[in-house]
Amino acid sequence: MNDKKLIIIGLLIFFGVCSSVCWYNWLSAAEKGAPEPLLSEKAKAAGYCVVPKDKMKAEHMKILDQWREHVVRTGKREYVIPETGRTFNMSLSTGEDSCMGCHSNKSEFCDRCHDYASVKPYCWDCHLEPKEKE
Amino acid sequence: MNSSYIFSLILVIILCVVAYMGGNAEGLRLVFGVMIPYLAVFLFVLGFLRKVLGWAKSPVPFSIASTCGQQKSMPWVEQNKLDNPSTTFGVIIRMFLEIVCFRSLFRNTRMRFHKSTDGVKIAYDWEIFLWAGALAFHYAFLVVLLRHLRFFFQPVPWCIQVIEFFDGFFKMEFVGEVIDIGTLQIGLPGVFVSGLILLAAVIFLCLRRLMSPKVRYISLASDYFPLFVILGIAVTGIVMRYFAKIDIVGVKAYTMGLVMFKGTLPPENVGGIFYIHLFLVCVLLACFPFSKLMHMGGIFLSPTRNMTGNTREVRHVNPWNYPVKTHTYEEYEDDYRDKMIGVGLPVDKKE
Repeated sequence: MNDKKLIIIGLLIFFGVCSSVCWYNWLSAAEKGAPEPLLSEKAKAAGYCVVPKDKMKAEHMKILDQWREHVVRTGKREYVIPETGRTFNMSLSTGEDSCMGCHSNKSEFCDRCHDYASVKPYCWDCHLEPKEKE
Repeated sequence: MNSSYIFSLILVIILCVVAYMGGNAEGLRLVFGVMIPYLAVFLFVLGFLRKVLGWAKSPVPFSIASTCGQQKSMPWVEQNKLDNPSTTFGVIIRMFLEIVCFRSLFRNTRMRFHKSTDGVKIAYDWEIFLWAGALAFHYAFLVVLLRHLRFFFQPVPWCIQVIEFFDGFFKMEFVGEVIDIGTLQIGLPGVFVSGLILLAAVIFLCLRRLMSPKVRYISLASDYFPLFVILGIAVTGIVMRYFAKIDIVGVKAYTMGLVMFKGTLPPENVGGIFYIHLFLVCVLLACFPFSKLMHMGGIFLSPTRNMTGNTREVRHVNPWNYPVKTHTYEEYEDDYRDKMIGVGLPVDKKE
């Protein structure tokens, strides 16, 4: 019966497509493990960020969104860390105390993980990308 | 109270609790993170093959193509080529439209009592909401599934990035104070509309089963179970993306470990919600071949849709027919010709 051949071809196609998660990755040479964001010398020296590292890893986008809302609606840019009392400038890319002031290496700090997880933040639709020092 | 949905609901709640506790138990990360996912995929593949090959062995004794239009007939009778195709190409077109547009479901009707001055009459109306809900559900699920491939491909192929772009097209955002909740922030990471449509469609399909007395009567626990499992998957996924955020890069390192057979464990502190999400997906995969969900493979093998409507042109012979020993009249006459002629019976051949 011809149908049997067709059904087996269909099954082969189905499982071929399903198993692409294996063979695509076996064939591609890209590094599969999680990338480590590279901290700049300044960030390393500071040793802390506005919130602990683990929380920052999962929630930095939330903090950035809330900061933007706060700055745009109230105009106040001062952020004091309760633990140390240090003041930060609530800004993505302006000044030494802003996010990019410390994490000046966008391609090594931001992009590595964003590319890995296929995330395309729209930060740089409005902000100027910082010029990276070689 | 209906035992079918209560049973399914309790079962899904138990599964959630098991996953939550298992994920938080230190020693069980290997079991819930690696062993159960592999087992689920193994069951899915094996069960799927067994089911489809079983169907392939089943005979199709009759041509039972459903005819929703005029069959090919005399030249002056117009044929409905889409609903009663007489060629293989026509069948391919019908199957394609069936699979991508659910045309059979589009014809769904509903019986109701129509009250008029003459009294109560039975009336049938066109009921489009099941079709609309099913279409929304299936396409949203497909997009959600394809989007999740970003966790399983490195580098992420451009086609998945295109899907993500269009899925996040509306850029819904909200930041503000909500009474009793505190600050609510939604919009970063970008809102994917497919997840919301999936959740809404699952809720609609659940409510349809629960609210309509006729549908509730024919619904079994095995009808509710996949709906509740998918509801759980959608809710936990949405919670992880927008509310209780998790370390996505760590999760991708884990999923890449799965497809590369490295046995990487899920990141520490990923949270119980992640394990509920993962475990329910595993349950769905493992149940898939043994449940109504097999309509995914079955739709291709439905004889009423995939057979050609050419019963007037071609005689359908069951390919499983075995040769039957026959004794025709000609052979009978050959055996008894002399005797028949002897007693004066008429014969076809004299010699």
